[in-house]
Amino acid sequence: MTGSPPVADPILTLRDVKTHFPVRKGVFKTTAGHVKAVDGVDLDVFRGEVLGLVGESGCGKTTLGKSILQLVRPTAGQITFHDGAGDDVDLQDLTNADLVPYRKKLQIVFQDPYSSLNPAFTIFGSLEDPLIKYGVRPRAERRRIVGDLLEAVNLRRDHMDHYPHEFSGGQRQRIGIARALAIEPDLIVCDEPVSALDVSVQAQVLQLLMELKAERGLTYIFITHDLSVTEYLCDRIAVMYLGRIVELADADDLYANTLHPYTQALLSAIPVADLDKKTDRIVLQGDVPSPVNPPSGCPFHPRCRFATELCKDKVPPLRPFGRNGHLAACHRVEEVMAAGIHSDRAADG
Amino acid sequence: MSDIALEVDDIKTYIYSNRRCNKAIDGVSFSIRRGKTLCIVGESGCGKSITASSIMQLLPALSRIEGGSITYHSDAGEIRIDKLPRNGARMRAIRGSEIAMIFQDPMTALNPVYTVGFQIAENLKYHTKMTARAIRDRCVALLRHMGIPLPEQRVREYPHSLSGGMRQRAMIAMAMACNPKILIADEPTTALDVTIQAQIFELMNRLKAEHGTAILLITHDMGVVAELADDVAVMYMGKIVEAGTVDDILRRPRHPYTRALLSSIPVLGRGKNQSIRPIRGSTPDPYNRPPGCQFAPRCDFATEACQRMPDETFVAPTHRVLCWNHDRVAASG
Amino acid sequence: MSDAALNRRFDRLRVLEETGKLKSRSRSRAVSKLMNNRLAVVGLCLFTIILLASLFAPLLTGYDPLRIDLRGRLQPPSWQHWFGTDMTGRDVFSRVLYGGRISILVGLGSALIAAVIGVGIGCYAGYKGGWLDAFVLRTSEVFMAFPQIILVLLLVSILGQSLINLIIIFVITGWGPMYRLTRARMLSLREEEYVQALQSFGVSTFKICYKHILPNALGPIMVNITLTTAMFILAEAGLSFLGLGVPLQIPTWGNILNAAQDLRVLQNYWWIWLPVGTVISLFVISVNFIGDGLRDSTDPSQQG
Repeated sequence: MTGSPPVADPILTLRDVKTHFPVRKGVFKTTAGHVKAVDGVDLDVFRGEVLGLVGESGCGKTTLGKSILQLVRPTAGQITFHDGAGDDVDLQDLTNADLVPYRKKLQIVFQDPYSSLNPAFTIFGSLEDPLIKYGVRPRAERRRIVGDLLEAVNLRRDHMDHYPHEFSGGQRQRIGIARALAIEPDLIVCDEPVSALDVSVQAQVLQLLMELKAERGLTYIFITHDLSVTEYLCDRIAVMYLGRIVELADADDLYANTLHPYTQALLSAIPVADLDKKTDRIVLQGDVPSPVNPPSGCPFHPRCRFATELCKDKVPPLRPFGRNGHLAACHRVEEVMAAGIHSDRAADG
Repeated sequence: MSDIALEVDDIKTYIYSNRRCNKAIDGVSFSIRRGKTLCIVGESGCGKSITASSIMQLLPALSRIEGGSITYHSDAGEIRIDKLPRNGARMRAIRGSEIAMIFQDPMTALNPVYTVGFQIAENLKYHTKMTARAIRDRCVALLRHMGIPLPEQRVREYPHSLSGGMRQRAMIAMAMACNPKILIADEPTTALDVTIQAQIFELMNRLKAEHGTAILLITHDMGVVAELADDVAVMYMGKIVEAGTVDDILRRPRHPYTRALLSSIPVLGRGKNQSIRPIRGSTPDPYNRPPGCQFAPRCDFATEACQRMPDETFVAPTHRVLCWNHDRVAASG
Repeated sequence: MSDAALNRRFDRLRVLEETGKLKSRSRSRAVSKLMNNRLAVVGLCLFTIILLASLFAPLLTGYDPLRIDLRGRLQPPSWQHWFGTDMTGRDVFSRVLYGGRISILVGLGSALIAAVIGVGIGCYAGYKGGWLDAFVLRTSEVFMAFPQIILVLLLVSILGQSLINLIIIFVITGWGPMYRLTRARMLSLREEEYVQALQSFGVSTFKICYKHILPNALGPIMVNITLTTAMFILAEAGLSFLGLGVPLQIPTWGNILNAAQDLRVLQNYWWIWLPVGTVISLFVISVNFIGDGLRDSTDPSQQG
């Protein structure tokens, strides 16, 4: 894998990004509340890194990815794109028309390889319109580009005239990656690109993604619920819970030196295919609360072993611990560090 | 009494469409031990779910068990499940009370128009002669046993007001209502988050220990196998390619497919420099199968001999493998 | 199918499969399913025969459907007049053929126009949502709530009977269901990930909804067009029978039936109304069969 990224060359800065969806109820569709899918996220993405965005379903990781691409318009906050030549643009201020040049820089790979390709079009038919949009006029040129893309993702050039149903899940996902590469973006949001695939082909897709990154100097935001994949792939990892980032650290640091009780529980809950590496499990009680009505204070406190009165009242800020830019949002980091993952099983209940 | 709860011997189930015949499972044998968990591992389309529905006789209409036997060792003697009419009274008496099943998606497996309590009670009404009052008490007790808070209140609620994890617990409560001897779980946690998955695993291990239930767990995740299994069977394209105890399979895999599966997935705790070796190609079309060993076209150990279907070889008393070259696989470290 | 028959069929398939005689089909699954549906094939044949007979009417009959022959009134079927003649001596066979042209034109034409309008609006409004969608939805409800027969009476009394008026009325009352169907399909299709992929490229809304999504919604729309055609043909016949449809001098299936309002005709001269009644029924049934066949073949949830 690649080494650590060059310091402080951000490609994307997020400041207090919020994406809320109104919940409408009743005959007159009055707004009864908001689903706070993303609720105040600060994040820097550095050029050339793989940033993992980890969390369980409903934690807002996919919404955050789509907010970055402006597929969902954030409700508040700033998403700034730095093109590396000193030009910084706040994406959420732009109209759809003004966004077009930046759409070229940011792309997405979707989770479901079955719904991400249009069944009514051949692969070339699906990939053609984006190319026209970005000014590739002669048809022969478009066919050449699509053919090159398919070869780049280890498919055959003549596959471009086939329909999606002729491909297997892994092949479709590779076509999805080819599509994201079509207009040579700088940053790709990978939204659970392997979780819908069969185990035996997941590794193919992961390796392909890493090869393409090295060849083309891409930056990835890798959204997943699977911490074992992020450990393998990512340079830095952000753990999300109920719309907020609760911990952000270099990958090695996150696993070696876990600071947030939620991350600890998440790490210990993952079944490991290694009989020698069984950790004691911290089984969290209860379920993830509804993002319409998040708990007061720290959103994790109702399930947390370390919660105190303070956690019920005050939202802990994301603050740095140690030297490596390890951030955690917890009032009781010291106690958590003292306990560690291999903690007393008595607390499991 | 033997400690075998269910024995499946060389079972073949084919699925038909208008014009084609898919040999979904083609000669599968295993046995489930009392109070133990057998994991069937495989990718989508390998026939693991069809195996479960063959045992329950819940197969699709256009399908047939072509041969082999499924023997259930009940308290009252052996029952040949494959010989029973699919929807006959005896099969229905076994389903739910002797062998119970839980499904992948707790969102669709519960009927949204009836309360949770009603759905659990139905099983008891059909299979036991308990009074209405006793049934109600049992429902509450079951839900409490599954770790659902406020069970008195939950029995009167509809499935939509329960979260995913709660629903899966309610499903398990339903399955466990009549104290079945065998619990078949078809990817019970695939639709759930990891922290909820951990809760369900805890619950299943407890049931196994307390009631001596034999569990058949179907999964695609080697991690789940390592957590829960006592015995493991690895399936590929309708055949069990390797079977043994969890130690046999995870520590001493002898089939190239098992080995490839284990090394194609990053394992938590092995860090950034672990080597990941993808399996090339993709699973073949079931209507256009390779001759002989189904895994040969993707296999690094494939030889001339693999054009013929290999024989089953026992490499240890508990450990069998379906491969011509298992010695070379073992020798390769 | 009985168990034994099913078992025999399974045995046959299994032997074929094991000897490697079964090959993957190259034809499109939808087409082959349609062709496997016997009723749909019967419907398609009937439909084609009636349609071609109407189109090539001058080649099949030498009679002018409008020529009155008072000396040859009310003749029973014979070799000269296959379906006999009516009260003014016009050849019923030629009237049925020529009438088919108008009736099919009204039915199919109105259904197509209604579809173009309904689908055209539904596609865009369903994709964009918001106030536009809400507005069109309410409008379509108003149109659908308006009784067709009152609308016909109104227009006939204001503008008089004409072919165009009838088509307009059918379109006004018919676009609503088409719109709602298209909108419903769009609401689910717009959530597909390939749509988001196109959005992330900044492809224009028009192109996304008409070029990329609409082809995936066409299956149920086609079904609805066939069923609406059948409904309009029946409606035309019914309205013309009541004297409210197409002007009486133009031969249509409904206008031919109109003669059967006379009890004398109904009792004594069956050849005036029975053949045309049969043709209407056959045509409508055939269109419905095609529609059902299309629905089954384009619905991916019904495997087979």
